[in-house]
Amino acid sequence: MSDDAAIEVLAPGPLSSVQDQGRYGWRHLGVARSGALDPDLAALANRLVGNDADAAVLELCLHGPQLRLLRPLRLALLGATVDLRFDGRPRLAMGRPIDLPTGELRLGGLRGGVRAWLAVAGGFAAPLALGSRSTDLRGGFGGCAGRALRAGDRLALGVAALPAIDAPRGSSWWVDPEFDPPDLSPIRYRALPTPALAEAQARFVAQAWRVAAASDRQGLRLNGEALPPPAAAGVSEPVAPGTVQLPPDGQPIVLLADAQTVGGYARLGHVIAADLPRLAQAGPNARLRFRACDAAEAAAAWRERQQRLARLRVAVDARLRA
Amino acid sequence: MTSAPRPLLPPAAFEPLADDAWLLRLGERIDDAANAEVHALVARLRRQPPPWLRDLVPAYASLALFFDPDAVGAEAALAWLRAQWRAGRDVADETAADSARQVEIPVAYGGAFGPDLDRSAAELGLSPQRLIQRHADAEYRVAMIGFAPGFPYLSGLDPALALPRLSTPRTAVAAGSVAIGGAQTGIYPRPGPGGWRLLGRTPLNLFDAGRAEPTLLLPGDRVRFVPIDEEAFERLRAQAAAP
Repeated sequence: MSDDAAIEVLAPGPLSSVQDQGRYGWRHLGVARSGALDPDLAALANRLVGNDADAAVLELCLHGPQLRLLRPLRLALLGATVDLRFDGRPRLAMGRPIDLPTGELRLGGLRGGVRAWLAVAGGFAAPLALGSRSTDLRGGFGGCAGRALRAGDRLALGVAALPAIDAPRGSSWWVDPEFDPPDLSPIRYRALPTPALAEAQARFVAQAWRVAAASDRQGLRLNGEALPPPAAAGVSEPVAPGTVQLPPDGQPIVLLADAQTVGGYARLGHVIAADLPRLAQAGPNARLRFRACDAAEAAAAWRERQQRLARLRVAVDARLRA
Repeated sequence: MTSAPRPLLPPAAFEPLADDAWLLRLGERIDDAANAEVHALVARLRRQPPPWLRDLVPAYASLALFFDPDAVGAEAALAWLRAQWRAGRDVADETAADSARQVEIPVAYGGAFGPDLDRSAAELGLSPQRLIQRHADAEYRVAMIGFAPGFPYLSGLDPALALPRLSTPRTAVAAGSVAIGGAQTGIYPRPGPGGWRLLGRTPLNLFDAGRAEPTLLLPGDRVRFVPIDEEAFERLRAQAAAP
């Protein structure tokens, strides 16, 4: 991206992309939200390194990248468990700010989930595109040249380098913002009161679904016993991250952050906001169950999540000040 | 409410689209009257946008309102949408339709620009020239933008020009391709896969995230296609590419 590069990508990982809190205000022009699939964890990782919540982070998927640090920097990593090794030394721990000298950082395969967020002090210095630094992978803009990282990319940061240090220095404290693994408890969704879809909705929650390998940031494709498809294709209507679509093949799709803005498939309902981040961790072949809930439960779950995050923020701030 | 509902439209339905979004449905079909009502309502909603309003997404016969859930409750957002919709219904507000922009899109039809022109014309029982003429004679409206950033779904296609989508979509469609898919016509903003019939290509850039106005077209715009030749295409493309 720049010759003020602080990081050179040696190996990119399967889908490492620059993301922030998402792109709002352009949906009427067909522009997706994009942004971290778990915006709260991305914001918390930013907080650990002293960034604003909306600073650009690197979202990792399935396997982390291998990076050469051209300057000393401070980073923090949250999300699914990732081995973090610097210049062949013992493993570094997640969930805390770590200062690193120049050298080589290797991030391993992700465990217990398929996504993690790497924040670096200063944030990744991608230019703002339509008000956001997020990569719009389908639109081909934002982030690092509108695409996932490639070997040879050089990434700049939004601040000057840290003073030189000799060895990695991590804080002794850490945060562990436990998220429920997606396969442990059902994903809650709000069903639309559409009589023609009642049978499909009943069968949607009655079976377990497998996440298909063709899933991506646009949507999780679910495989299972086909649901009865709607009689006719509908007229295209707006869709949103969380929308549960029912295509003619009867295999549902749950839309995620890169969702298109309109769609013609029937809609069963939507996954509630509090449970959407858990879907970010559902990788190929993950087993998911869904459960219907009402607006009150969705709102209560959202409030509970916000309160938990607020407590984490207070704890992080207290540690950073100490 | 004292006013009677519009006779041609079913009663409006509000439904939750997401925990931070409401959908308002004004019709069940691709219908010019419903679409005009959508654009008029969106124009009205944008006049005094509340600070919590994040996105308004018009579609054929529905619109979505996205709000900031940390700044407003879902019920309050719905109440605002409902009140604005009711107020507009009472004044038969057509200002959005009247003030719609008129945009001319130059199109090089046929040949390498429109590889499906000849075959499509044959299927319709028309000469290629006559298909071009009828496609370019109509006035279209941007019913909605979707599928990809800046992709306009245009209503107003002569029903006699409706063409089924390709049975096998192309893996590569050139940017600016002007196409017919079913009863609609549209323009591919960037290269990519696509299953619509390609009649021609515009040299204009339909979407550029680096522009203050990223799209050439806005929902509700009125659009005409102006046939151009290859020389004009190259000249206009050079202009469009210039900084």
